[in-house]
Amino acid sequence: MRRVIGLILLLVLVACLVWGVLPPIMRDFGYPPSDMDDYIIENAQEQTGSNNVVAAVLFDYRGLDTLGEATILFTAVMGVLLLLRTLKRKEESS
Amino acid sequence: MLSKIVRTVANQLILFILVFGLYVILHGHITPGGGFQGGAIIVSGVIMLLVAFNSQELKKSLRERVLSIVESSGALIFAILAFAGIGTVFFYNFLVGTPIFGRIPDIGPGPGDIWTGGVIPLMNFAVGLKVIAGLSAVVLAIALFSSGEEVEE
Repeated sequence: MRRVIGLILLLVLVACLVWGVLPPIMRDFGYPPSDMDDYIIENAQEQTGSNNVVAAVLFDYRGLDTLGEATILFTAVMGVLLLLRTLKRKEESS
Repeated sequence: MLSKIVRTVANQLILFILVFGLYVILHGHITPGGGFQGGAIIVSGVIMLLVAFNSQELKKSLRERVLSIVESSGALIFAILAFAGIGTVFFYNFLVGTPIFGRIPDIGPGPGDIWTGGVIPLMNFAVGLKVIAGLSAVVLAIALFSSGEEVEE
């Protein structure tokens, strides 16, 4: 019974995903046109001196996002170290 | 601990993995890659050592305390570099045009130059330090934790 329910849910999920990429929902590539990408492609080398425009966007134009990404990594590492360390110490002391 | 063949091959291979990871980190502003990707490559080498050797054996050379300090200093370098350009705006690339990493490459496609990019290579290096130390600390902590449980049971 659970397998049948799981199969039905899987089919519903697949149907939703396929429906999401059909043309009326999924727009054409780069459809809402923006000037930002053209600006970055034209000016990134001159303004940041970096040949890799992706790196220029990551670390210069959108540096704040990278800071958030680094903060997430930092928090995850701190959480794992804190959790495993306290558990080990409790086992040793008891 | 795996067999002697695996340990020997892992010992020889780790050097190449470290060099490739460092290459990806330091050329982040020229070729595809960067701090996160190169750090992940080096951490894959650390995981290879962890599989080939035992986690107790690896603990002698990689200490979680030192890794934690290196990770925090990487984050600190990143934040300081971000704040250093605050005279203009947060995350301003203040090194472009100066002698340090300040050369501006030819506009358009080209082979690139390691001495360009302003603050980007330094930030790549900081993020690389952070990813290497952070992920190896996580992997090492999880391996030590699980191995400790196995010993006790």
